[in-house]
Parts: sequence; structure tokens; C-alpha cells
Amino acid sequence: MSAYQLLVLIMHNKPDANMNSSVMAPGKSRNFNSSPERTKPLLEVKNLKVYYPVHGGLLRRIRGYVRAVDDVSFNVPPGSTVGLVGESGSGKTTIGRCLVRLIRPTAGSIRYLGNETGSLSKKNFFPYRKKIQMIFQDPFNSLNPRMSVEQILGEPLSIHFPQMNIEHRRDRAAELLSQVGLKPDHLRRYPHQFSGGQRQRIGIARALAVEPEFIICDEPVSALDVSVQATIINLLQDLQEELGLTYLFIAHDLAIVEHISNYVLVMNRGKIVEQASAEDIYRSPKHTYTKKLLEAVPRL
Amino acid sequence: MIRHLFKEIARRPLGVVCLTILGILYLCTIFSQFLAPYLPTDQDLNNAYHPPTRILMVEWRPHVQVYEQVDPSAARYEPVEGATVPVSFFSSGAQYRLWGIIPADIRLFQVEEPHRIYLLGSDGTGRDVFSRLLYGAQVSLSIGFIGICITMTLGFIVGGVAGYFGGRVDFAAMRLVEFIIAVPSLYLLIALRGALAEYFEPEQMYLVIVIILSLIGWAGAARIIRGMALSLRQRPFVLAAEVMGQSSFRILFKHFLPNLASYLLVAATLSIPAYILAEAALSFLGLGIQEPGTSWGLMLQQAQELKVFTLNLWWLLLPGAAIFITVITFNVLGDVLRDIVDPRQQMVKR
Repeated sequence: MSAYQLLVLIMHNKPDANMNSSVMAPGKSRNFNSSPERTKPLLEVKNLKVYYPVHGGLLRRIRGYVRAVDDVSFNVPPGSTVGLVGESGSGKTTIGRCLVRLIRPTAGSIRYLGNETGSLSKKNFFPYRKKIQMIFQDPFNSLNPRMSVEQILGEPLSIHFPQMNIEHRRDRAAELLSQVGLKPDHLRRYPHQFSGGQRQRIGIARALAVEPEFIICDEPVSALDVSVQATIINLLQDLQEELGLTYLFIAHDLAIVEHISNYVLVMNRGKIVEQASAEDIYRSPKHTYTKKLLEAVPRL
Repeated sequence: MIRHLFKEIARRPLGVVCLTILGILYLCTIFSQFLAPYLPTDQDLNNAYHPPTRILMVEWRPHVQVYEQVDPSAARYEPVEGATVPVSFFSSGAQYRLWGIIPADIRLFQVEEPHRIYLLGSDGTGRDVFSRLLYGAQVSLSIGFIGICITMTLGFIVGGVAGYFGGRVDFAAMRLVEFIIAVPSLYLLIALRGALAEYFEPEQMYLVIVIILSLIGWAGAARIIRGMALSLRQRPFVLAAEVMGQSSFRILFKHFLPNLASYLLVAATLSIPAYILAEAALSFLGLGIQEPGTSWGLMLQQAQELKVFTLNLWWLLLPGAAIFITVITFNVLGDVLRDIVDPRQQMVKR
């Protein structure tokens, strides 16, 4: 199935989407400013660098650095979706992980609602764990195989809502399941009893459990079947509308990013080579790398 | 998961056999005071090196053949024709405390004094080998379990912490592990025994042995668990737990432990024999359980006499057979468990 068919599927599922028939235009059903600079950003990243030392020789001296993320700056306005595209190894995932402190940045600043979070200690970063969540790429590995759905969804609840009792948590977990299109009686099941798409829905429900403002979607659909991809993307869009979420959407598939994003960052070798609104990226790509990526989008 | 494991074991004949044997062994151990006709210290110098007594059926009731000592120097006993003593079941005898708490005096079977029933013969002071075997099992079979519990806990904590935190913590933990592994274990055993002995009473030797064996044993487990923890560390569900702000301690116990549980179970089953053997070896060298206590290793040590071979006192070597059966059974059960948990390691059948 090609990307074009995927978009047909998405269109089919969302007949109200404002789409041009001839081009694969981004979904523009929500009201936002297409340029992130116009509103006060939710997240500001400035000169972010993540370097890994390369050791060599007999004494294991540092011979050089791998520049996973090299001087990256961008803004994410509230309520928008910012797409981050690039090939494998371009540093997209590293940026995502830096934002949730899975990786410590080498240099640069990360500001969330104007507050510096990049250099906070583990303890001081804790309040932001409730605001920033992440959805992972691999739905088969992102859920603990030994935990039931109730335990999986109950874990974030018990961390951030310690006043909830067990029944409370179960009710909330059931509510979360129905929010992502699963049934409350799925609570007792284990991850291996679900399909890839269903697992990704559980992953989304887990991210939503803490009532976050900002979700980093780290290639949430690239491990899924194309037809399932469309339904997950629609779910993410519906949730955004419903809950007023902000997304940083990481992907290598430009077609999907274009569809879901207001604004697109194109990354190559740790640097952002182009950033523009989704429309502009599609209509008039400036950088040769962006052009190449666009050419790589499969067509019928 | 435990229920699933039991179901899988039940599907394999070898697993069922092993579980049954171990079940019987441990039941016998738990109820040894009830099953043994005598106390392990009950001597009868007139019946030294008595061979196993014959059980006859007289009027549909089991009777014990009465023997007469023919040659005390060669420990030769001849059955007395027609003289038998009935075996009484569930009758009361000398007082004992079941598991050290419940006072009781009922035993499964007994014969009237001064006659004696020696199912598996008697030793040099006329003590019943069968009773001593049962009491000795309390030490020999429990030491593996208690040892493995300490070892696996230590191994999980050290290995898990090393794998989770990585870096310097990992480096320090692994160098310590390598140090312990590098020292030959038998020398370490003997050295630790020598070092610790003065702080303990001879009666506490059981405790000392458990401590020594666990101190040596945790290193290997820690190293393997550390490797598995390193790979778990990068699994997205662990990252997700971190992103939601779960504490390191909880990640270790909620995410690592359940995912390592199957490995821990297999490793525990496979290393229990090592503890049984190590206890036997220590006791055999005279460094383990001391008289008047009893263990299989100690019984074997007491059978180290030329007499045993020249007079063919084979029943004194039965503790060796007991160790053999237990060790083999644990090993086979461990293999079965590993096949269930990790089918990739299964031997290809031709």
C-alpha cells in the first residue's frame, strides 16, 4: 500500500478534513498559526547539542565526537504539531529523548513555558514528567509483557496521582481505554493478547494517563501496518482536538508528517537543514535534502 | 506465570517425574520427626553395624525379623528362625516437638523395645541410618533453598543495580564479582570457614555454612543478571517508566524483576545441587555440620572406614545415593524449566 492510499484512507476516515484533491496537502482542520513564532512557544530549544565521545588507542583517549545532535534550535507553539523528519541516525530520536531527560544534552538550553528544564536535577525535573510524555515507536517492546493493561495504565496514575485508590485508578484506566478506542474489559489482558495497533493505543493511553500537555511521538506508527497507521494518526489528531495537546511528531515518512503537522523540521546528520510550515515544505522545498526526501515518498 | 510453568511441566513426563521425586523428598524432610522411628542420636551399642532388618508378613501384619549377633568383631548378625516382632503403626513413643513447636509422640511405625527396626541398617553406634537420613535431609535439602534465596536476592540487587545505573557503579560491581569468581571456591570455602568459625558456636555451623555458600554463590548470578539488566535497560517499556517519573527502585522491582523471574527460577533450580554438594563436601571434610547434628555429608564422612568396605556395610553409603538422586533430579528439573522458559536452547531431537 502506498502513501497515497494511506492518505485516501485517512480522508475516508475524516471526511471533514480540508484536503485538496490533487496534492497531498496537510490536514488543516484545526485553527492555529502556521508559523510557530507568532505565539509564545510551549517549548523552546536553543543550540541543543548531544555529543558522544569516541575513544581510541591504547589509553582510550577521546579521539573525537559523534555529533548526534549538532546545534539545533526550534520552537513548539502550544496546541500545534511540529513534525521532525529525517533519515535513520539523523538525531531525531535523540532530540526527543533529550526533551524527556532520557539523554542529557551536552550543551544548549531547553525551555518549557519559559522555564529552563535542560539542566534541572532529576528531582527538580519530576513536575515536568507530568506535563511531557512520550509515545514509543515499537509497540511490542514499549509495554511490559509481565504487566496487565490495568497495571500498565495504573503505574503513571499511582506516581502522579498518589491520592487515587485502586478502584479510582481502575475507573480512570477504563476511561483511558475507551478514550483510545479500546474496551474497558481489556483491562485484565496482557500485552501479548493485543495486535500491534491495539498495543500502540495502550501506549497512547499510558501517555495520556498523567494528563500531559505535550507529547513526543517517537515514530509512533512506523512499526505498524499501513492501514493501522491511518487509524492511529486519526486517533492522535482526535485526541489533540479533544484535549488540546501539543505534539512533537518524529517520523521518517514525510507523507505522514505532512499530513499531521503544522510545521516541519527536516533533520540531516544532527542538524536541522530546513524548517517551514508543512505546506511550504511540500510546495517549495529549499534544501536539496528535503527535495530528496520528498522524492523518496512513494506514489501510485 | 507460576501456574503456566506448572502446566508446562505437567505436559512433560521428565518434569512430572522430577517434581514427584522432589515432592516426596521434601515431604519426607518436613515430616521426618514423624516418619523416623528413632531420634538421630538414639544409640544401641549392642546393635552396631546392624544390617537392614527383614520385614515379614505374619498373619497379614508386617513383622520385623529378630537377629542375633554371631560375631561382634565382624558385625555379623544371623536371623533367629521364627522369632518376629510386630510393627506398630501410629503408636506413641518418645516425646518430640514437631518443627520444634508442636509437642507430639506419635510415630508412623515402631517396634517394641528392646527390639529395633533398622530399615536401612545401623551405624557404628547402633543408630538407625534411615532415621539419620531423614533428619540429615533437613539440613542437606534446606541449605540449597535458603542459600539460593540469599544468593538470588544478592545477585539480583547487585546485578540489577549495576545494569540499571551502568557506568562507575557497574564497573565497581563487576570488578568485585570478578574478584570473587577468580578465587577458587573450595579454598575460599575453607578459608571463610576458618575465619568465621570462632564467632559461632558449633551448633550454629548450619548458619555459617549458609552464609559462606551464599557469599561465594552470588557473584555468578550477579554477572548474568547484570547482562540481562543491561539489555532490559534499553527496552522502551523501561524508558517509558522513566519518562513517567518512576523511581529507580520501583523500576528494578516492577519492571526488571518480573522479566528476570523466569531466568532466576531456572538458575535457582540449576544451582541448588551446587549447595547440596558444597554442604556435603564441607561436612565430609569435617568442616561442616558437627555431631550431634546430622547431614548427608557428615554421614558419608562417618562411613569413611575401611570396615565399610571389608565388611560390605553398603547401607552406610546410602547418604551418597540420596545426594546423587537429589542432585540429578534438580538438574533435570532445571533443564526442563529452561526448555520451557527459553525454547531456543532446547536440544534438537534427531
